[in-house]
Amino acid sequence: MRILKKDRGVKQNKIETKAKYTVALAGNPNVGKSTIFNNLTGMNQHTGNWTGKTVANATGYFEYRGENYQLVDIPGTYSIMSHSEEEEIARNYICFGNPDVTIVVVDATCLERNLNLVLQIAEITDNIILCVNLLDEAKKKKITVDLERLSQILKIPVVGVTARNKKTLNELLKVTRKACEHKEEAKTIYQVQYEESIEKAIQELQEMLMKQYSIKPKLARWIGIKILDGEESIIKEIENHLHIDIRENDGRKSNKHNENDNNSKTKLDTKEICKKDKEEKIENKNTLKIKKKQIIKDLQEKGITQEIFKEKLVTTMVKNAEEIAKKVCKFENKAYAKRDRKIDKILTSKKYGIPIMILFLLIIFWITIVGANYPSQFLFSVFGNIQEKLIQFATYIHCPEWLSNMLILGVYQTLTWVISVMLPPMAIFFPLFTILEDLGYLPRIAFNMDGFFKKACCSGKQMITMCMGFGCNSCGVTGCRIIDSPRERLIAILTNNLVPCNGRFPFLITIASIFIAGTIGGIGASILSTVSVILVIILGIIMTLVISKILSKTILKGMPSSFVLELPPYRKPQFLKVLVRSIFDRTIFILGRAIAVAAPAGLVIWLFANIGIQGESLLTIIANFLDPLANLMGLDGYILTAFIFGIPANEIVLPIILMCYMQGTSLVNMEDTFAIGEILRQNGWTILTAINVMLFTVFHFPCATTLLTIKKETGSLKWTAISFLIPTVCGIVICMFTTFIYHVLVI
Amino acid sequence: MSRRTINTLAMEEIGIVSKIIGEETIKRRLLDLGLIEGTEIKPVLISPSGDPRAFEFRGGLIAIRKEDAENVEIR
Repeated sequence: MRILKKDRGVKQNKIETKAKYTVALAGNPNVGKSTIFNNLTGMNQHTGNWTGKTVANATGYFEYRGENYQLVDIPGTYSIMSHSEEEEIARNYICFGNPDVTIVVVDATCLERNLNLVLQIAEITDNIILCVNLLDEAKKKKITVDLERLSQILKIPVVGVTARNKKTLNELLKVTRKACEHKEEAKTIYQVQYEESIEKAIQELQEMLMKQYSIKPKLARWIGIKILDGEESIIKEIENHLHIDIRENDGRKSNKHNENDNNSKTKLDTKEICKKDKEEKIENKNTLKIKKKQIIKDLQEKGITQEIFKEKLVTTMVKNAEEIAKKVCKFENKAYAKRDRKIDKILTSKKYGIPIMILFLLIIFWITIVGANYPSQFLFSVFGNIQEKLIQFATYIHCPEWLSNMLILGVYQTLTWVISVMLPPMAIFFPLFTILEDLGYLPRIAFNMDGFFKKACCSGKQMITMCMGFGCNSCGVTGCRIIDSPRERLIAILTNNLVPCNGRFPFLITIASIFIAGTIGGIGASILSTVSVILVIILGIIMTLVISKILSKTILKGMPSSFVLELPPYRKPQFLKVLVRSIFDRTIFILGRAIAVAAPAGLVIWLFANIGIQGESLLTIIANFLDPLANLMGLDGYILTAFIFGIPANEIVLPIILMCYMQGTSLVNMEDTFAIGEILRQNGWTILTAINVMLFTVFHFPCATTLLTIKKETGSLKWTAISFLIPTVCGIVICMFTTFIYHVLVI
Repeated sequence: MSRRTINTLAMEEIGIVSKIIGEETIKRRLLDLGLIEGTEIKPVLISPSGDPRAFEFRGGLIAIRKEDAENVEIR
């Protein structure tokens, strides 16, 4: 079953038709591939990159010396042999995407491990450029790489760059151009040689494939290796792309291919040729299968079972990489990683690891919440002024009052409200978070927290997506792409909303400071309100783990998958780039979705507040209807109604509550916490109401933007509905529970 | 002597990989990272919750869970 459907179709673009060459960009994760991609393509790209990982193929364009190039950034992987989704995408593109040239980016500071991928790709194509990145980091660590020697050994062009320095990329462009122009030339590049018996087996298959299917020697050799390797998913792809039938029991499918082939030839319409053609193909197929069987048998007689064969392949590859690296790398300072290890020892220590993590996050939230106030106020006043002008204009053109009210007080006000309250915090939070990401700290968070998530049968990487959820649940959901296992990814998506986002923090703080701190006053008050907010958040984290565990035991059964996570070297963040990318990729993107929902929602809210039956607005009628359920939860009908109508953005829940209480017809903006407190108390709020509102703020359905994102990421209405139900049911149950306890204690 | 894996290594103690066993997916994954026979490996970090540990090998630092590390035998 395919749980997750992802949007990785490479979209068409006008420039694409003009692009003369296609260049693939491959490499291990964390080697600065995306930096190169961004620097080469600028803003000419389709998909943004999320959380340090390119999961879909991102496509961009650049021009060099009058030629247009298409650059395809394929997912970062260590290998293109194993099963993970990214590796499959990467491999399929290199094998079957027909790029003119593949640039493999490697990290100069750990060349040896990176070479493994280079050698794997060198088995598929001759048109490779090796791009050795992070030379500046290597220099700092006193590692030198002899690029010339490397080029001689591998017999491919090697370019050294420092991706963050744009100038160094010129050489890469020059070499790329040359390689594209000479792509048709025959080359003999470095090739991994396996032990004799394996080589012999590969060669036999290679020759057969060349002869019978007229496949080029290089590709034939690679297919030969893969046939012996017996990796199902690769063989399937080979069958599909090259119309070779390899597997035993798949006659039906291949017949289909033949039929298709025949159809395309019907114009010639000589039935006999078709028949002959078909027979020949079937014959070829059979001989290939027979040969395959025989070779595998021969190997087994020599003691090389499929398992041993696989191991030998990988081992030979790694050993080759090791040898090459030894020849070209010089480590002047053996303890080059010392500084990093020292930092790591502190950041992941038993005593300080988790407190430091919490501290980092608290600092980020604090800066976000405090810092966002000023631009928010500014936006409010600007939009407010425009609103007045709009009303004047409407009066001037004699627009009917109901229409101008509906459009201005309904649509316009809600829309600008959402922008004013959402844009500043996101524009602050995401750059800060991206800096943590750039520093290389996020994998450490996953490392620190993995133990807890493992107990919930999940991945430690879920912690990273949860942290992103604190900024914006919608971004957190998209960030779940970093989790490899589809099951664990889905769990992370479904539970992301259990931690409050930026939009909910101010509301939590307001309520806490009115009702919890307000009861005692003084310095103790602010401490108490902070503590209560933190407690609610911790409850959210605990619930995330509990629900994840429950999901793992029920509808998403499974064991935790293997957790192998690289902790990359710390790097200096590129501040400017961080700012630009996080604003364009995340903030604007999310805001766009929010706006798409806010405008119609504004209209609906206005209509419900203004249309009434017998003097009662629809809003009141709904509130009265919800009142019994709300009372059980220790809330009132208006509060629940506000949560429902606040679905476009959590930020407008409080304004709707105030609007209802004040019998207003448009959202109410109130700065004075004291005044808000007065109104709430007059409407029967107690400490219990406050606690339950805080709990329900954390545990209720995701906002519309997040729901849209979940729908997009999972491609399934069912999972979107479940993501809606899980936190809502949690919230209802928890609120009922606290209400019950409260009444028992009080009476 | 009983079977030794990288889980039996003390912190900062260097081990030499002898064999990778286990289910194919994880085995492949570990091999791909460069954990082949003869590789020097050293646990250097331990998560606050005790698991996983991060191992240094081939110039990189990789966190591996106990269950997965059980597949990496050492001499």
